[in-house]
Amino acid sequence: MGSQPRLVEVRKNVLKQNDLAARALRERFRDAGVFVVSLVSSPGSGKTMLLERTLTQVRRNYRVAALVGDLATQNDAVRLARSQAPVKQIVTGTVCHLEAAMVQSALSGWSINELDFLFIENVGNLVCPSSYDLGENLRLVLISVTEGEDKPLKYPTIFNSADVAVVTKTDLAAAVEFDWDSAYGNIQAVRPGMQVFRLSAKTGEGMDEFLTLLTVRLGDLRSRMARA
Amino acid sequence: MHELSIAMSIVEMAQEEAERRGSAQVSAVYLKLGELSGVVKEALLSCYEMACEDTRLVGSQLVIEEVPVVVFCAHCHDRRAVSSVQLFCCSECGTPTSEIVQGKELEVVALEIQEWAPNRV
Repeated sequence: MGSQPRLVEVRKNVLKQNDLAARALRERFRDAGVFVVSLVSSPGSGKTMLLERTLTQVRRNYRVAALVGDLATQNDAVRLARSQAPVKQIVTGTVCHLEAAMVQSALSGWSINELDFLFIENVGNLVCPSSYDLGENLRLVLISVTEGEDKPLKYPTIFNSADVAVVTKTDLAAAVEFDWDSAYGNIQAVRPGMQVFRLSAKTGEGMDEFLTLLTVRLGDLRSRMARA
Repeated sequence: MHELSIAMSIVEMAQEEAERRGSAQVSAVYLKLGELSGVVKEALLSCYEMACEDTRLVGSQLVIEEVPVVVFCAHCHDRRAVSSVQLFCCSECGTPTSEIVQGKELEVVALEIQEWAPNRV
């Protein structure tokens, strides 16, 4: 007996497990009629601040909840809980991104049928989250004015995994000489046609337009459900 | 840096496939890696070696085929390369487009396995 090499075809997506879990989540979200928004950005771009402001304002008229991912600490969940909305922290340990299975287990015990919006704040990271579908309806990518206008050129992959871009901390724009035209141009270069919002969660500037996007999208979802 | 967990998934997948085909040994894994997969080739290669330790894939080779981004250009009505990943425009006519048809791949396409065969007389 001797051994001979043989080439066999496989054709399997390496992230198949995550994609299957994300598909199951998407179906579950659709059945529950909840609109799911995820947020990705580098650490310190203002995801938690934007979410804190959004939860506070949206929960006046809608039922909202949030999941927040971090490598360590419960700090963000504590901050978000000030909005009075249900919040759960996902501590990933050493994992640099959220995966669909983590969302699935974080949702255990929650009845999402009673929600209008579910927000998922990913771990601060502009690289790894791009590979993992979480079953969300809308993925936001945030860049703050302090990060530099060329962030989209440095991280085109994450901009291509997201649906809408949000430029944050506009209250600091003048201090850091932020060039809006250049930033907008760079976003359009890596993702032609991408919708871009600019806001300051601190001062509230631009928040209304952003919140309108969310309520319009929820309305679209609900009318699709009514027709189905 | 999620390349180690990706590498471990590749090794696990290759082991299962090899077992399913009744082979004990895998000598190479062929992978398609899209330019927009979010995975860095060099990091994946070094993580692959680590992920193979103490498995039956130890000593095997990861053969990576890099897949460039291809978009659908509405002006040309055809699949086209992009100018670059920093500029999503049709490389032929310059029309901006974000309709990606290729370049997100992260796929095990084939394995080279060792099969036991009778020696020729």
